[in-house]
Amino acid sequence: MTDVVIQRVMRHEGRLVMMAAVAMLVGVAFMTIGLRGNLAFVIELRAARLAAMVLVGVAVAVSTVVFQTVCANRIITPSIMGLDALYVFCQTALVFALSGFGFAGIDPRLHFLGNFTVMTSLALALFLPMLRRRFDLTLMLLTGVVLGVLFRSLTTLLARLLDPNDFAVLQGAVFASFNTVEPDLLLLAGVITVAGVAIAWRARHILDVLSLGTDTAIGLGVAWRGTAAGLLVLVAALVSASTALVGPMAFLGLLVVSLAERIVGTNRHAILLPAAALTAIIVLVGGQTVLQHALGGEGSLGIVVEFVGGIVFLAILFAGGRR
Amino acid sequence: MTAGSLGSQGFAYRAVGAATLLALFVASLFVGVGELAIGSLADPEALRLIMISRLPRTLAALLAGSALAIAGLVMQTLARNRFVEPSTAGTAQSAALGILVVTLVWPNASLGWKAAGAAVTALAGTSVFLMLAHRLPPTQPFLVPLFGLVYGGVIGAAATFAAWHLDLLQYLEVWMTGEFSGILRGRYELLWVAGALVVLAWWTADRLTMLSLGRDVSIGLGLNYTGMLRLGLVIVSAITALTVVVVGTIPFVGLVAPNIVSRFAGENLRHTLPGVAGGGAALVLACDIIGRLIRFPYEVPVGTILGVVGAVLFLVLLLGRNSND
Amino acid sequence: MIEIAGVSLALGGSRILDNVSLTVPKGGVTALVGPNGAGKSSLLSLIARLRPLQSGRITVDGLPVDTTPSRQLAKIMAILRQDPGVASRLRVVELVGFGRFPHHRGRLTAKDHEIIAASLEQFDLSDLTPRFIDTLSGGQRQRALVAMTFCQGTDYILLDEPLNNLDMFHARNLMRTLRRIADEHGKTVLIVLHDINHAASYADRIVAMKDGAVVASGQTADVIRPDILESIFGFSMRVEHIDGRLTVLHHA
Repeated sequence: MTDVVIQRVMRHEGRLVMMAAVAMLVGVAFMTIGLRGNLAFVIELRAARLAAMVLVGVAVAVSTVVFQTVCANRIITPSIMGLDALYVFCQTALVFALSGFGFAGIDPRLHFLGNFTVMTSLALALFLPMLRRRFDLTLMLLTGVVLGVLFRSLTTLLARLLDPNDFAVLQGAVFASFNTVEPDLLLLAGVITVAGVAIAWRARHILDVLSLGTDTAIGLGVAWRGTAAGLLVLVAALVSASTALVGPMAFLGLLVVSLAERIVGTNRHAILLPAAALTAIIVLVGGQTVLQHALGGEGSLGIVVEFVGGIVFLAILFAGGRR
Repeated sequence: MTAGSLGSQGFAYRAVGAATLLALFVASLFVGVGELAIGSLADPEALRLIMISRLPRTLAALLAGSALAIAGLVMQTLARNRFVEPSTAGTAQSAALGILVVTLVWPNASLGWKAAGAAVTALAGTSVFLMLAHRLPPTQPFLVPLFGLVYGGVIGAAATFAAWHLDLLQYLEVWMTGEFSGILRGRYELLWVAGALVVLAWWTADRLTMLSLGRDVSIGLGLNYTGMLRLGLVIVSAITALTVVVVGTIPFVGLVAPNIVSRFAGENLRHTLPGVAGGGAALVLACDIIGRLIRFPYEVPVGTILGVVGAVLFLVLLLGRNSND
Repeated sequence: MIEIAGVSLALGGSRILDNVSLTVPKGGVTALVGPNGAGKSSLLSLIARLRPLQSGRITVDGLPVDTTPSRQLAKIMAILRQDPGVASRLRVVELVGFGRFPHHRGRLTAKDHEIIAASLEQFDLSDLTPRFIDTLSGGQRQRALVAMTFCQGTDYILLDEPLNNLDMFHARNLMRTLRRIADEHGKTVLIVLHDINHAASYADRIVAMKDGAVVASGQTADVIRPDILESIFGFSMRVEHIDGRLTVLHHA
């Protein structure tokens, strides 16, 4: 009996090691394929992009797993519930509200902290009641998707109302992508992501219990409200970090977590968290390498992820709904 | 007997609705950058402004609003779900993809040909959506709209990807954001076709309503179920394609107007159709006027305003309903 | 007369109906009984052209159901399926009024209104007429659907477990109404019933199905017999005459 358990754990860890190896390989490929011209410059550029992709991948994967666990469901993700759209909206709203005080010109890091604070409070105010009222899952998802549409529309509306100067500043921030990585933000996002991952890792056993569902978790002695609120803040921080770096990535989280689950075949967070992070890195870095060198479309990774991830979402919905 | 008891109340609703619509119509004629006082109609210059720009714009908003509301209503009947409409279930995105294809193959195509191309892809996209939606369990009413929103998102992503590769992103932006500021005489007349489709929907209202009773019941009553389903699809796709080509995507009209009107008047299309059409027209006119005033003298597109207003109303409809049950 | 000859049906690889042949004479109430999964509902859907015929032949009053125009069939045959899931926001009077659709195609005449009102009265729906369908209870909605089916005014009425959701009062009312229209107006009623005692006391004829085939068919008294019932349902039960009615005691 215990032998079987040990064998299983070994198998999971074996897969993790394999995934790590693939991730390394993909990273090396991204750095080295088609090197040309001013080597120092190209390598520095690529290193910054690689770092951004790794950070974003890890932040999105961990935030998605944690959020799904809090909601006790594997289809709900922070970006499907409109959290990254909320971040972009807060960014725009702050520029809009404070542009008279020269807010647009200040340090991007302060900017980030301001956005993060506003966004976290809004996210808690919106989602905690929703989780507590225990909406029907599809209603909750639909509400989240419509909230996402609302935040995006509000962002567009505010952008239209802005002064053209402020708009230029905003555009730089809002329409971030893997091609234009802000070095100042890279460090900050790195710190937040590492701290967030450390907290999530320490909480992995609590997460295992939470994934059994709210009632079971409370029955097993978890202080649900405080824990859920704390974890939501963690999710908000990670989403802020990744969105500030590269903008919204709608279905990346769903895509990589469902892939990771298929690969390792377990819901234990000690395995699932690193597996999801590695999958995200492989998908992002590998995808970018392929797009850049094989398909000649280096700027379109976000769109491709949205397309493929959306189809995965539809497939999961369809399969789940038909059951 | 019942008609009598509902009649007086219904009459009051209709009177208030008609008065509101008329007030919005007049307001729309006189709001804008070129100054126009109501008394200035004698001035030939002012009259010219009205005939060339303001009246066409107001008519375009009226036609697009009522047609989109009806498209939404018909789509809800087809999908047998109250929370879908063309822009949230892939029809509008498919239409934009179609215009993209026509623009690519035949850059100088007229608006009419673009609309035809858009209608074909919209028909294909909506058929696929309906086929899938009919396989989802009717016991989960929120699954279909959720599915639709993401389905629309996927088609939108495909269109964006194609436009990005072809360097047509700017054009796509125009089709995806409804705007009336470019409407002049000679630039909106295609929308009368959408108006004609509204009349067609009214003419076939009974048979469309029967679709909402489901396949078995409507066949049992001798309805040509497949034929009506196709007619409904054509109405939805053509209206959507026409509005996307002429003014761009105006979201949520088809969702909000029918839902609010059916709260009072039910879903028998013959009775609710005029109210829904009027409601859609009023909503679009009001949002267009807001768009003209909110950042005066600049204009904010009606699609952007409705994105916000419509999403808020959608949430109210979703969550308000839930707390009542 | 409904004539079914050599009808088979397979869905997703499993055989639902196996070479069924059956004649339902014109007039009277015929009950279709049998255990779950016997193929009763499938047979009813085939007769009502809700499902395409895969093999064999079905005619109603001599009209083949697969080739006769649907509209023409709707004037001679009405069908009520179990739980058709009408989710529409229609008023009761509007829903029932759609039963007249095959005749008026959109324009209600005074006679249509009369029939609708009578049908509402008949099924105890007069107080509910202005209500929306989606605000009714399951039983009330079921009655509204039955009323719509009656409104269609056809010679043949096909009902698939119409007593679902109905309380005893309304179940009895429906069965008595079916009996009456068969006796007084010469209608033909083909009804799938779950409760064997409803079949025993109201039906003229009983058709018993099992595993996709007809296993017994005949006058009620010839089918409601302990040996036949046991062969259909798989356990023994007593059959008694109580106040002149056949009663099956199956609770023991």
